[in-house]
Amino acid sequence: MIGGLSSFSVRFLKEVFIPPYEVEQIRKHMIELGMKTLPIVGVTGFIIGLVIAMQLSPVLKRFGAEAFLPGSVGISIVRELGPVICALIFAGRVSSGIGAELGSMRVTEQIDAMEVSGVNPFRYLVVTRIFATTFILPILTVYVIFISLIGAYIAVVLVQNMTWAYYLDRVIFAVEFGDAIPGVTKTFVFGFIVGLVGCYKGYTTENGTEGVGKASTSAVVVSSLLILIFDMVLVKLSLWIWPVVK
Amino acid sequence: MVEVTKLHKSFNGNVVLDGVSFVVEEAENMVVFGRSGTGKSVLLKCMIRLMEPESGDIKINGKDVLHLGLKELNHLRKDIGFLFQGAALYDSMSVRENLEFPLIRNFELDRKEIDERVHFVLEAVSLLEAIDKMPSELSGGMKKRIGLARSIITKPKLMFYDEPTTGLDPITSKEISVLIIDLQHQLQMTSIVVTHDLLCAKIIADRAIVLEDGKIVKEGNINDLVTSNDPFLKNFFSDEIIENNGSKI
Repeated sequence: MIGGLSSFSVRFLKEVFIPPYEVEQIRKHMIELGMKTLPIVGVTGFIIGLVIAMQLSPVLKRFGAEAFLPGSVGISIVRELGPVICALIFAGRVSSGIGAELGSMRVTEQIDAMEVSGVNPFRYLVVTRIFATTFILPILTVYVIFISLIGAYIAVVLVQNMTWAYYLDRVIFAVEFGDAIPGVTKTFVFGFIVGLVGCYKGYTTENGTEGVGKASTSAVVVSSLLILIFDMVLVKLSLWIWPVVK
Repeated sequence: MVEVTKLHKSFNGNVVLDGVSFVVEEAENMVVFGRSGTGKSVLLKCMIRLMEPESGDIKINGKDVLHLGLKELNHLRKDIGFLFQGAALYDSMSVRENLEFPLIRNFELDRKEIDERVHFVLEAVSLLEAIDKMPSELSGGMKKRIGLARSIITKPKLMFYDEPTTGLDPITSKEISVLIIDLQHQLQMTSIVVTHDLLCAKIIADRAIVLEDGKIVKEGNINDLVTSNDPFLKNFFSDEIIENNGSKI
């Protein structure tokens, strides 16, 4: 599978620069995938922000560091929780959908029909989807980070008497350029993984409807696993580029 | 028009096509018969390079199909129509969008001409009222008709039909067969039809070949094949099951 995914991504990189560019399809997929995921990542982000603030509050109090609560929550959300939680939910929602959709098109010969009509199905179906997932996930991540910070604020208000303006000021003070940029930048890689795995599993589906089910399930499993593995590598890389301790 | 020479194709060591050779002349309708799993659909898919055969030659209009680059192959494919077994309509597109898709992608036509062609093919298959429907709203027969309309909208010179009447009731099967032959006369196309349906073959075929164990075992006029004394053909075309010793079950 690693070989298949590698050659699939090489083919993507070859085809993505060749015209005609399917701008309309990319726009359509970005809107569809973004709108489809927006509510679920919003709710999840809100709850994660709320819970992380509730968990951190007593711990920081134990060390007499309650004043650092907004900053700690902000850094946790911006650096790690926002991007990874958003990517994992996106993988569950989108990768399986793409796998099932392309898999169904494969077993019902729709991809063959496209090829026979002189259209490059890889460029029309795969390149557009991978492009869309790569660029919509960072946008969703920024949205999730914002919603999580609102969730965290509500938890902070419950334990400390703090205004929104002061809370935001503390978060902005704590979160640096070196926290925000790698956090959001790595989601381009996560988005690419989600699109790539979903398309690969769907495009190479075999064995009829049973194969479609397998493609959909394994798309989620593989893309989630790859997101976590790449997160590990990218965190190490970002700490090397933007060290936290000065 | 079409010349296939010594075509070989196998899957995991299982030989499906074993040196298949035949010629189809211009404006001729040839039917390919054979039991399930004898490689009829594989033959069609190899001819249009949806599958790659291991060896052999395929020439369409003098062009060596197996050695064409992707650009030349796609150019050739514009002159070929393919009706898939399940019609293969794009689920996410309406009937109109399905029909427009190959035109918008491959031809520089203005809006008026695209609309004219869409209306022409829908009238030809008697489904003009389905123009704004989604494939999920169509019956099996309607899907086949729309699939046929989509495959002829580019005015191809060569048509491949993969089991055009499979899964349809006898009346709809007959209607589809008559429609195919009418369109063939109207558009002067060459056709290769893979089917099990004897009635469909009788309506469409100028000539037929029979595949068995990856080889062409018989070739000729459809009536000659049907009335042949060959045990395999008798068994194939008879309503009764005939055992190897000639006794009927």
